[in-house]
Amino acid sequence: MNILYHCGKYFIFLTKVFGKPERGRVYLRQTIIEIEKIGLGSMPIVAIMSVFMGAVITIQTASSLSGGWIPMSTVGYATRESILLEFSPTIIALILAGKVGSNIASEIGTMRVTEQIDALDIMGINSAGYLVFPKIIAAVLINPFVIVVSMFLGVFGGWLAAYASGILIPSVYVEGIQQQFIPFHVTYSLIKTLFFAFAITSVSAYHGYYVNGGALEVGAGSTKAVVYSSIVILLLNYVLTQLLLI
Amino acid sequence: MIEVIGLHKEFEGRTVLNDINFTFETGKCNLVIGQSGSGKTVLLKCMVGLFQPDQGQVLYHGRDYHAMPEKDRKEVRKEIGMVFQGGALFDSQTVEENVMFPLTMFSKMSMEEKIERVNFCLKRVNLTNVNKLYPAEISGGMKKRVAIARAIALNPKYIFFDEPNSGLDPQTSIVIDDLIAEITHEYGITTVINTHDMNSVMQMGENIIFIYKGQQEWTGNSQSIVESENENLNNFVFASDLFKKMRQSLREKK
Repeated sequence: MNILYHCGKYFIFLTKVFGKPERGRVYLRQTIIEIEKIGLGSMPIVAIMSVFMGAVITIQTASSLSGGWIPMSTVGYATRESILLEFSPTIIALILAGKVGSNIASEIGTMRVTEQIDALDIMGINSAGYLVFPKIIAAVLINPFVIVVSMFLGVFGGWLAAYASGILIPSVYVEGIQQQFIPFHVTYSLIKTLFFAFAITSVSAYHGYYVNGGALEVGAGSTKAVVYSSIVILLLNYVLTQLLLI
Repeated sequence: MIEVIGLHKEFEGRTVLNDINFTFETGKCNLVIGQSGSGKTVLLKCMVGLFQPDQGQVLYHGRDYHAMPEKDRKEVRKEIGMVFQGGALFDSQTVEENVMFPLTMFSKMSMEEKIERVNFCLKRVNLTNVNKLYPAEISGGMKKRVAIARAIALNPKYIFFDEPNSGLDPQTSIVIDDLIAEITHEYGITTVINTHDMNSVMQMGENIIFIYKGQQEWTGNSQSIVESENENLNNFVFASDLFKKMRQSLREKK
């Protein structure tokens, strides 16, 4: 019952978020600010994660295949597919749920407990729309670019590992990443990214917006935001994969 | 003028406000007084629409606020300014941006006009050279004044103050009280002040409602409060020896 209650409340919250904006230009300016915060602000962690994960996947795959009958170029293929299909869209989304999600929930939650949201409501402003709509739009617009950069850096990380460790000849790795490339896999990843971006921002904002109490509840709301957006990401990942790949 | 008629509010079966009837008059400092937990803030939040009352009406110059469609309610909200206990300034915006915010959202002023209006409002609350500072960089008293400047930016008809003196020293409290009274009389605003500061009651109480355990216990002004024989009111207002002596001396003079 509790889940149903929160699902219903979440969808009512979304109708408020997508209500008519008071001043479109202000929302546009907020969206640009959020693009910088959500997208560009996440780039360093995404870059580091992507390079190292690509490198680790390459070393693990190469060490498993060495000495066998499978050609070593498969390492490049496996790295590319792992990064394109799962690592970049899903694992990075989970990391962003932690970084961006907790930030959104604590920011909006603090505004709630310090009566800043009440101040917006009394002014006649749709507080949910003003605070959350630009964040959702910004994430949906910028996250696909972040994920494309992550894909590139992940594959590059694999090449770097091959070059640095000597476990694999870099040219063989490059040969592998060009094998049996299916462009739809990139489209599939980007479709997933759009859904994940929406889930991270809206679920986290929901948990921040309905915080009731003080600093302790803001912290609890922030934790819930990360937990529930991660669960929603995993559920969406399964559903979208079944819908798009089978 | 704001009329509250038969207002009743419950939370999870517990009555917080019961049958409140009061008229908040235009151009006057209307005070809502009572102990902590008596229902003052709930009354204020019912009046501004943050809470929906279970029964009763709130009429803004005859317009039933809770019965009107959301579109009309938004129009009334543009006529309302509110100063919260902690100021409720937007942390991510400078003082100038905070005061400019309602102008940006609801006026068609050019940037030059908006800056001129912001400077006027800040000057009106005796603040200068703070435009580019963030709320975290100014004192509690200054935050209250910035919140007042933001509340008057759109020339509101009604201003609500939720405990404007909480957390301020007595001297700064007097400055804030004087400022509220000046603005109220200067612009003919219906001002509603929620307070339990006795200095404010005696200094600004032109029209007072005393709420005791969610009930409307007494109404009057700062003169009649001295003469009142209401036990609950006397226990609340004249709780300290200083105020007891002050009442005694005022009664002796009469």
